[in-house]
Amino acid sequence: MLFDVSNETMPREDLEALQLRRLKSLVEKVYYNVPFYQNRFNEMNLRPEQIRSLSDLKYLPFTEKQDLRNNYPFGLFAVPRDNVVRVHASSGTTGKATVVGYTQRDVNTWAELMARSLMCAGASRRDIVHNAYGYGLFTGGLGMHYGVERLGATILPISGGGTRRQVMLMRDFGSTILCSTPSYALFLYESIIAAGMSIDDLKLHTGIFGAEPWSEKMRSEIESKLRIKALDIYGLSEIMGPGVGMECCDAQDGLHIWEDHFLIEIIDPETGEQLPLGETGELVITTLTKEAQPLIRYRTRDITRIDAIPCRCGRTHRRITRIQGRSDDMLIIRGVNVFPQQIETILLETQGVAPHYQLILTREGSLDMLEVKVEVDEKMFSDEIKHLQRIEAKIQKNIKEFLGVTAKVTLSEPRSIERSEGKAKRIIDLRNA
Amino acid sequence: MKVEQISVFLENRAGRLAEVTKTLAENQINIRALSLADTSDFGILRLIVTDNEKAKEALKAKGFTVGRTNVVAAEVGDKPGGLHAILEMLNAGGVNVEYMYAFVTQSGRNAILIFRFDRTDQAIEVLQKNNVRVLSGEELYSL
Repeated sequence: MLFDVSNETMPREDLEALQLRRLKSLVEKVYYNVPFYQNRFNEMNLRPEQIRSLSDLKYLPFTEKQDLRNNYPFGLFAVPRDNVVRVHASSGTTGKATVVGYTQRDVNTWAELMARSLMCAGASRRDIVHNAYGYGLFTGGLGMHYGVERLGATILPISGGGTRRQVMLMRDFGSTILCSTPSYALFLYESIIAAGMSIDDLKLHTGIFGAEPWSEKMRSEIESKLRIKALDIYGLSEIMGPGVGMECCDAQDGLHIWEDHFLIEIIDPETGEQLPLGETGELVITTLTKEAQPLIRYRTRDITRIDAIPCRCGRTHRRITRIQGRSDDMLIIRGVNVFPQQIETILLETQGVAPHYQLILTREGSLDMLEVKVEVDEKMFSDEIKHLQRIEAKIQKNIKEFLGVTAKVTLSEPRSIERSEGKAKRIIDLRNA
Repeated sequence: MKVEQISVFLENRAGRLAEVTKTLAENQINIRALSLADTSDFGILRLIVTDNEKAKEALKAKGFTVGRTNVVAAEVGDKPGGLHAILEMLNAGGVNVEYMYAFVTQSGRNAILIFRFDRTDQAIEVLQKNNVRVLSGEELYSL
């Protein structure tokens, strides 16, 4: 079943004509309303009217996460602040969060695209959706929430945490669709078993999982343990939130990107050059219909490729394959985006701590564990245990406070943190080892 | 009348302590007294050695984090109640002991107590007022 048949099955030719129309008006809009873009265009001697075809996209400047930070908080808004009805923000140390704004129409579009995504996953108005994505500044919870309501299904806005209660309500309410990070789904399974319950007590048939990287292996594990169909959802707050793309239940092979709203291309992350269709590289997205904060050629840093083969579900919107990695050093820990740079900033801001650190990621059962190893230098060292333990506790508290992740902080001897090619090897990710 | 103690940060893994003692041995440095405090993932080795400067340089060269602290060495008769009497007078003088360790001299008649206080100067004053012998660094290293 399709939520919006005419748009979702629009012939490619019509779809591309629509994209071009929207791109032209977008370019004009950002040029005249966002000083950041006007400056960029001027620096490149580019005028909005020079964009005449979709292939001219490559002449437009990129937008990077740093540009959002540099224009913190509302510098990239293309509408007066009065017209912005909602703001979301990503985690970050003070002043470095990335902020996104939405007009009422943006919120409506988002709900619409999430409803499309839900139906793409096989959902209908009869479903009860257990939404374990976090509610708040993070886009996951509210994004899903509005989509479920738009579809007309029943939403259970349970958010994250309180796993025992989650399991109980899932059984008592007869939830049919689970939305969470894939690792939380496995954690829920363990809690179901630990509570002495059986999967037969539940009515789940589908899971919509995103916000962190996962593998086919993890998919089959979730599917066999929870006895559901597990589907991948894509989104990022800078572009909108969840629902930028969704895997269909028919093919279960790649995620349809809603191309009437998002223009996608794949570039070589090193050179910034567009890659031929079908090649693997970094996904770049241009928002075609965003009002409050439209972005031109936003570099997602997600590595994937575009699959242009028509899908058996009938949708004409092209698919991207499962995200294969990142072109930067961003880590996703229990669904939270963490840059090593942020940890470094926290260490620098913790008195007496030198920023020599290593991040070690492991998986205990289904949960990501983060260990931060910090080198003890002479300035920080003390002959008293309690002094060092205080520092450990303080670092841990600051990481939790600023990034929202719980880390185990371990003090280590200097230079015991592996150096490679003269540079410290900062990250050891053993989660998929 | 303070005595310099060096302290070394150690990760809680096999061979780290031996690496310290090996370094000291190779540099002909004798250990007068030591204590090791540990947690689940790290430890702090505190040492009184015959040559602080040399020990510190040698350990730093091996990549260890080394600190220096002033401690107080007090001599008591090696008999029941010796330590207790000292703790009583410190308590009465309002001085806190952060940590301490002890060893018995070769003669066997006396014990040397190494104290780390929160207020070192005040502690020395209390001890001396009560006629406790407080050892200088020179005296301690040459025992």
